[in-house]
Amino acid sequence: MSADHTNSRTPKANSMRTPLGKVRKFGPAGSGTSDFWRQRITGVAMTLLILPVVVVIMMLLGRNQAGAAQILGSPLIALTMILFIIASALHMKIGMQVVLEDYVQNEKLKLVSIMANNFFSLAVALAAIFAIFKLSSGV
Amino acid sequence: MALSIVHRATGVALYFGTLLLAWWLIAAAAGPAAYSNVQAFTGSWIGRLVLFGYTWALMHHLLSGVRHFIWDLGYGFKTADREWLTWAALIGGVTLTVLLWIVAYTIGGGR
Repeated sequence: MSADHTNSRTPKANSMRTPLGKVRKFGPAGSGTSDFWRQRITGVAMTLLILPVVVVIMMLLGRNQAGAAQILGSPLIALTMILFIIASALHMKIGMQVVLEDYVQNEKLKLVSIMANNFFSLAVALAAIFAIFKLSSGV
Repeated sequence: MALSIVHRATGVALYFGTLLLAWWLIAAAAGPAAYSNVQAFTGSWIGRLVLFGYTWALMHHLLSGVRHFIWDLGYGFKTADREWLTWAALIGGVTLTVLLWIVAYTIGGGR
């Protein structure tokens, strides 16, 4: 970050802005604490969902494609898996972004890698969700 | 303790491991031939090793994450508490991984 960029976001000492207004847009991501909070929501969601997901995986062990497709396509299991995938994708996107913001020093490379992180997370989530939709529709 | 970097490292490993999850689900949706490719990999020793490592990364990251929730709620900051939480996450992660694989071999081997 250049000094000029930091100054543009620094409120004046006699500003009437609220404490919340002053801290908004700060942090390496420039988006306050929303990612911090989302990371907690998705973390709690996966902590709750991990047991059902493990049970589903245990149900699939040693089965052939027809058996696996039938189990994964049943509504409750499909919904459980989709919820877990959505929470995972959000959680890993935020987590990787924090890692990139911490370790990638070059500003342009940082932005490019954060963009790639967004593409990767969305693509993996969509691929997995699409597969479950396809299994659910029985086509 | 240097456990925070392990939390990150397991997080990054799980990040790339989602490719396996997506591959497995797409193969199940694609058909028997694609699914048998996945099963050939998961049945091989290298596949088993990767999956075992993935299970440990997930279990460790889960427990280490619970440790973070405890801190978020304002508990466990004393030195003794922090040490205990750290060892609980380390030992618990390994224990859960071994338990899950014992259950998996018991169930999967029976099919």
